[in-house]
Amino acid sequence: MSVVDRQEWDVVVVGAGGAGLRAAIEARERGARTAVICKSLFGKAHTVMAEGGIAAAMANANEHDSWQVHFRDTMRGGKFLNQWRMAELHAQEAPQRVWELETWGALFDRTKDGRISQRNFGGHEYPRLAHVGDRTGLELIRTLQQKIVSLQQQDHRETGDYESRLKVFQECTVTRVLKDGSRVSGVFAYERESGRFFVLEAPSVVIATGGIGKSFKVTSNSWEYTGDGHALALLAGAPLLNMEFVQFHPTGMVWPPSVKGILVTESVRGDGGVLRNSEGKRFMFDYIPDVFKEKYAESEEEGDRWYEDPDNNRRPPELLPRDEVARAINSEVKAGRGSPHGGVFLDVSTRMPADVIKRRLPSMYHQFKELADVDITAEAMEVGPTCHYVMGGIAVDSDTAAARGVPGLYAAGEVAGGMHGSNRLGGNSLSDLLVFGRRAGLHAAEHAASLAFERPAVDDDQVDSAAAEALRPFSAEGPAPGEEDGRPPENPYTLHQELQQAMNDLVGIIRREAEMAQALEKLAELRVRARRAGVEGHRQFNPGWHLALDLRNMLLVSECVARAALERTESRGGHTREDHPAMERKWRNINLLCRLTDPTGGLAATDPVRGQIALTRETTDPIRADLLALFDKEELVKYLAEEELYE
Amino acid sequence: MSSYKAQFKVWRGDVQGGGLEDFTVEVNDGEVVLDIIHRLQATQAPDLAVRWNCKAGKCGSCSAEVNGRPRLMCMTRMSVFTREETITVTPLRAFPVVRDLVTDVGFNYEKAREVPAFVPPADLGPGEYRMMQEDVDRSQEFRKCIECFLCQDTCHVVRDHEENKRAFAGPRFLMRVAELDMHPLDAAEESGLDRKTTAQDEHGLGYCNITKCCTEVCPEGIKITDNALIPLKERAVDRKYDPLVWLGSKIRRRSS
Repeated sequence: MSVVDRQEWDVVVVGAGGAGLRAAIEARERGARTAVICKSLFGKAHTVMAEGGIAAAMANANEHDSWQVHFRDTMRGGKFLNQWRMAELHAQEAPQRVWELETWGALFDRTKDGRISQRNFGGHEYPRLAHVGDRTGLELIRTLQQKIVSLQQQDHRETGDYESRLKVFQECTVTRVLKDGSRVSGVFAYERESGRFFVLEAPSVVIATGGIGKSFKVTSNSWEYTGDGHALALLAGAPLLNMEFVQFHPTGMVWPPSVKGILVTESVRGDGGVLRNSEGKRFMFDYIPDVFKEKYAESEEEGDRWYEDPDNNRRPPELLPRDEVARAINSEVKAGRGSPHGGVFLDVSTRMPADVIKRRLPSMYHQFKELADVDITAEAMEVGPTCHYVMGGIAVDSDTAAARGVPGLYAAGEVAGGMHGSNRLGGNSLSDLLVFGRRAGLHAAEHAASLAFERPAVDDDQVDSAAAEALRPFSAEGPAPGEEDGRPPENPYTLHQELQQAMNDLVGIIRREAEMAQALEKLAELRVRARRAGVEGHRQFNPGWHLALDLRNMLLVSECVARAALERTESRGGHTREDHPAMERKWRNINLLCRLTDPTGGLAATDPVRGQIALTRETTDPIRADLLALFDKEELVKYLAEEELYE
Repeated sequence: MSSYKAQFKVWRGDVQGGGLEDFTVEVNDGEVVLDIIHRLQATQAPDLAVRWNCKAGKCGSCSAEVNGRPRLMCMTRMSVFTREETITVTPLRAFPVVRDLVTDVGFNYEKAREVPAFVPPADLGPGEYRMMQEDVDRSQEFRKCIECFLCQDTCHVVRDHEENKRAFAGPRFLMRVAELDMHPLDAAEESGLDRKTTAQDEHGLGYCNITKCCTEVCPEGIKITDNALIPLKERAVDRKYDPLVWLGSKIRRRSS
C-alpha cells in the first residue's frame, strides 16, 4: 500500500465551526500542539449561518435572569430528557464564554448603557440572546478565527513559524478515527484539493463536525452536514444517543423551490413578527400545549403588550419552543389553511416600521429581496418547517465531553448528544459550542499530556484499509448481487437524492410506524447500491468522489435516526409519532443508544432487519434534588413519573 | 412555473491549463447560477469542481466570475439574464486556479495573518466592557464581511499585477485594519502599535487609488472605500504629516 504522510500532534480537532475552534483555542492555550481539520475553507463552517444569537443569562436586559432560570428554560424546551448536568454547566458558564469573546474583539449590539444587548427568543423566559443584528454566527466564527490567528502570530514571534503549535488543515476530510486497542491513536484524512491521503497521529481527537441535515431533502444545513462525526464515532466504537430527535425549524423559506429550506431566523418572531394562516388568523393561539398553558398569552392583545411590559403580560405563542411551532404550521397547511406555496405567512411588515426591520433583520431583508423578490418591509414572508438540527449525537460525559468507551475521543457542539434533550431552544446552540468546545479542548489537552511518554501507536493495517476504503469509488464496477454482469456503477448524486427524499418523506416531521419500517428497507437498498457508487475523473478536487465517501456517513446516521424513531413509541420534542401522539412519562428517563452491530467497524451488513445499527435502552441518572427544586411540583408532575418525584 | 434550456460556458481545467466547455442545461423558476452548476454536476459533469457551503449568501464560498463580473453564484438569480444569453462562468482571476471553478485563495489567509490582532484593554476584565452602539456601528459594518474575497479579486492593484501582491493586503484586509483602528476598545496604540502607520507602511494602503471597484462587487453592500479605506488614508496622512498629532503620539507613548 502507498506510503502515507504522517505527522504527530497532541490534539486533533475535527471540524472548525464554533465548537471545534473553541476547543482548539483551549487545547493550544493549555500547551497542547493542536491541529484543526475542516472540510471547507477556514471561517466558512456552518456556524456562520447562525442568525439569532447566543443564549447566556447575563441579565443585561432583564435583571431577574440567572443561570437557574436559563437551566429551567433549557430543561422545559428539551422536555426534561436533557442530560441535566450538561444543561446546568451550560447555563452556568455561558455568560463567561460570551464575555470572553469581547476580550477577543467581538462587537455585539449594545444596550443603552453600553452593555451587550439581549433579545427575546422562543422558550426563553427573559431576553437572553447576545446578538449582532441577525448575523451572530458570523461574528462568533470570525472572532474565534481571529483569536486563532492571534495565537498563531504569538507562535510566529516565538518560534518563527505560524503553525508550530496550532495549524488549520483546511479543505481536508477525516474518514476514520484510528485506534490502538481501545484508545484513540489518530485520524486518517484526505486533502480535498489534491486527493492526497495523510495521517495525523494524536492521543486525543475532538469531534466537532456538526449535524446531519444533508440526509433530508428540505434542510437549512449546508453540504458539510453529512453526519461525518457521528459516523466516525460509531465506527470507532462509541455509541450515539437519542438520534430520533431531529429539530425541524418552523420557519424556512418555501419559495422559490431552489431556496426551499433556507432558514428564516427566529429573531423575526422574537422581535415581533407573527404567524398567520391563509384566513389571516394568528393560529398559534390554538396550539399552546397544556404544559405551557400558564406561560403564554391567551389573547393577541396580551401578547402584543408583552413586548413593552413583560412583567405584567405573558409572551405570545409564536415564541413557543420550535417543535411546537413547527407542528402547528404543519397542521395548518395540512388543514388547507396554508399559503400559496405550501407554508404559512410570517409577517413583520405590519408590526414595525421599515427602517427598524432593515436595521434589526438586515440579512432577512436582503435574503428575501435577492432570492424571492419579496420585500419583507411591505409584505409577509411564506415559511414552513425545515430540517435544522439534530439533538441526538455522540454520548458524552457531561463534565469532560469525553465520548463513552473510547479513551481519547471527545465530542462537542451539535455532534454531541444530551445537552438539548428532545428539543433545542434557539440561541442555546452557539452557547453550547462555546461551553462544551472549551471543555472538550481542555480535557483533550490534559489527556494528551498524560500520554506524552506513551503515545498510542498508529496501526499500519488500519491506515491501509482506510486508504482502500477511500479509493473504492474509483474502481466501483461490476454487478449487484443477483444481477447480470456489466451493470454500470451507481451515480452518487442520484443515491444522495433518493436518500434525502426517503428521509424527508418517511422519517420527517410527523412519523408513522409503517413509514419508518419502509425507510429502513429503503436504507438497506441504498446501502447495497452505495457500495457500487462510482466516480469519474481523478482524485484532484473531485466533488463526485467526496460525495461518494460522505454517503457512508449519511447512510449510517439515517439508519440511527430511523431505528431510534421506530423504537420510541411516544411524541416528545423533535420526535412526533402520529400513532403515539402523547408524551409518555415512562419514556422521560429512557435514553436510546445506537451502536454498530459489527464492533470491528466493518460495514458489510445489508440485512434491512438487522442493518448496521443495534439499539439499546438505558435509564438516565435521576435529576439532582437541588436542580429539581428549581421547579414547582405542579410543573414536574407533567413530566416526571411518580417515583421520580419522591426519590 | 416554467423551465427552459440555457446555454452555459464553464471554465474547466487545472494549473496546466484549460478552457471553456459548452453545456446546455435546464433552468427552473427562481434558480440561481449555483443551482445550475449543481445540476451540471449531478447530470453531466460529476467531477466539476466548485466551492460552496451555505447557499444563502452568508459564508462567501461560491465566489466566481459570471460573465466576467465577480459574484457569489448562490446570490446570482438566473432571472437577471435573458433566456437567449449564454452565461459564462469562470474562476476568480486574481488567484491561481486549482481546478475548474476552484482557486487557491491562500493569498488572503497569508494577508490575514499579517494584520496584528485586536489588543484587549489591560485594565478591563471580561464582562466589564462598555461600548455605545454609535461607537461600534462603524466597525460592525466591516465585520459584516463574509470573506468571499470578491473585492480582493476585482481590485486592480493585484488583479493583473501579481508583483503587487507581496506589498498589498487588499481591500478586505485594509478594511480589517480600519475596523480595528475604529474599534472602541482596541488598545494597540497603548501597546506601541500604530495601526494607521502600519496600514500605510506594511499593508500597502498607498496603492489604493479609491476607484471603488471593491465596493461595487461587495455582496454585503459594505462601503469599503468610503467608510474604511478613505478614512484610514485620512488618518494615516494626519499621523504622518500633522506635527501636533506626531508630538501627541510621542508624549503619550513616553508616559505609558
